[in-house]
Amino acid sequence: MSGNSYISDPARNHRLGFIVVALVVLWPMLELAQFKPWLLLRPENIEVLGNFLIQFFPPNIDIDFLKIVLHATIETLAIATAGTTLAILIAVPLGLIISHSLSISRIGPGSNYLLSKFIRLVARFLMLFLRGIPEIVWALLLVRVFGLGPTAGVLAIGITYGGMLSKVYSEILESANTLPARALLVSGSGRLTAFLYGLLPGTAQELASYTVYRWECAIRASVVAGFVGAGGLGQLMDQSMKMLNGGEASTILVVFFILVLLADYVSLLIRKQLG
Amino acid sequence: MSTTLNSKIAKQFCLKCLAILCFLIGLSIWSFVYLGLNPFRFFSNYSESSIAPFFARFFPPDLSSTFLLKIGSGILETLSISAIATLLASIISLGLALPNAGKFGPYGKSITRFLCNFLRSVPELVWATIMVLAVGLGPFAGTLALTLHTAGVLGRLFGETLENYPEKNTIALVNIGSGKVAAFIYGTLPGIFPQLLSYSLYRWEMNIRMATILGFVGAGGLGQMLFYELSLLREPKALSIIIAMLFLVILIDALSNKLRLTQRHSMG
Repeated sequence: MSGNSYISDPARNHRLGFIVVALVVLWPMLELAQFKPWLLLRPENIEVLGNFLIQFFPPNIDIDFLKIVLHATIETLAIATAGTTLAILIAVPLGLIISHSLSISRIGPGSNYLLSKFIRLVARFLMLFLRGIPEIVWALLLVRVFGLGPTAGVLAIGITYGGMLSKVYSEILESANTLPARALLVSGSGRLTAFLYGLLPGTAQELASYTVYRWECAIRASVVAGFVGAGGLGQLMDQSMKMLNGGEASTILVVFFILVLLADYVSLLIRKQLG
Repeated sequence: MSTTLNSKIAKQFCLKCLAILCFLIGLSIWSFVYLGLNPFRFFSNYSESSIAPFFARFFPPDLSSTFLLKIGSGILETLSISAIATLLASIISLGLALPNAGKFGPYGKSITRFLCNFLRSVPELVWATIMVLAVGLGPFAGTLALTLHTAGVLGRLFGETLENYPEKNTIALVNIGSGKVAAFIYGTLPGIFPQLLSYSLYRWEMNIRMATILGFVGAGGLGQMLFYELSLLREPKALSIIIAMLFLVILIDALSNKLRLTQRHSMG
């Protein structure tokens, strides 16, 4: 501030205060999270973990086991793809209902002004509900209905990603050039027509490439959902980790890395082709 | 002239997009066939026999005050896990960012890059399973798992930020005789700090979501409560926890949207 105090840090009091407040807030948090780093150094813990991690080398490359892993990998891919398909089926109608750029009631009070406002509110709430509950929770619940296996995984991904996609679809439709659709709506066309002729030509690429990106995420999500028994690579990984079979776990992890890398590459390729 | 150009572009795009569309549709049909699922049939098959009675058991949610208090402490635990993990990860990442940006030579760069990629490719749930072995059941395992994964992500992002930041200020400070550490702290850090903070906050948001479900493998928070209640077939309690999760996610979403809007506003 003033010229003569240039040696000391001018923001010192501010920073000290900040650190004190941070420590006061952090302390109860450390208590709540049971932050005990010394547990890492307990000999029995080190022994259990060490025995497990040592088994990671060499990975299990028994031919029978590799066949099981291959089957699980294909199942994971199928779960992700089927889940994304289901999500698109949910998201397209929901996204179209939610999007403000296709809203006739925004232009002015029409005949069914209140009804359409109510429907939009319900759709928005539905989207929030589908999206807000993590996919693994859905998977955990659905496994109890459909039994262990891929059905629960497909439905869980379909539900959560349906909510996510509908949100992003409606946002893409709102951020695009909405003037053509608006012009169509004002001159009396229906919502669907306005979407197909006014909005879709400009946004198709972005919609498609975001969907492909979500498919890539769905692969990871289906592995995660497998941890509660929803089939695929995740279920296999959970089993071998619970049995402390490090060799199997490391093989599955390596396959998972390769799968994610490949999916990354394929989705990039498809998006480039679309672009 | 302009019309011919337009028609050409439209034609090209449609051919390619049609081929890809057919391929993708074929792929999704194949996956339903492979899994033996019929999306139009399985709801009607199951709905009468098991879906409705199953979900009916969840109602009404358990809203007794003792249980709500328990949920409240579960939420606090989840928030603490995510906050501490994010804080620890950002501190670690700040250390990883320097070699990651190539400040300690090419070897340091490739080693830390590999480390970050490894930390970030292992899913949080796998880290959590391993950490439960290392420190036992409870929130600390979740904190460590999130820290490891987040350190991988942030280490990379911080490194990139540092790499892209112009070195002029730091070089100027070094040239007039300041030490390297002081030059970094006063020349570079203030410039990149807002970016680092916004990355960390963004990861915190994701970590809150992740911390709610890490408990499924025994790593504390709301997830562990949910898993426990569901295993004991106490569905009304489980529903209360799910509602709490939903509210937490919606709240975080709304907050981060609001913050992002104000930030964008203040940046013009």
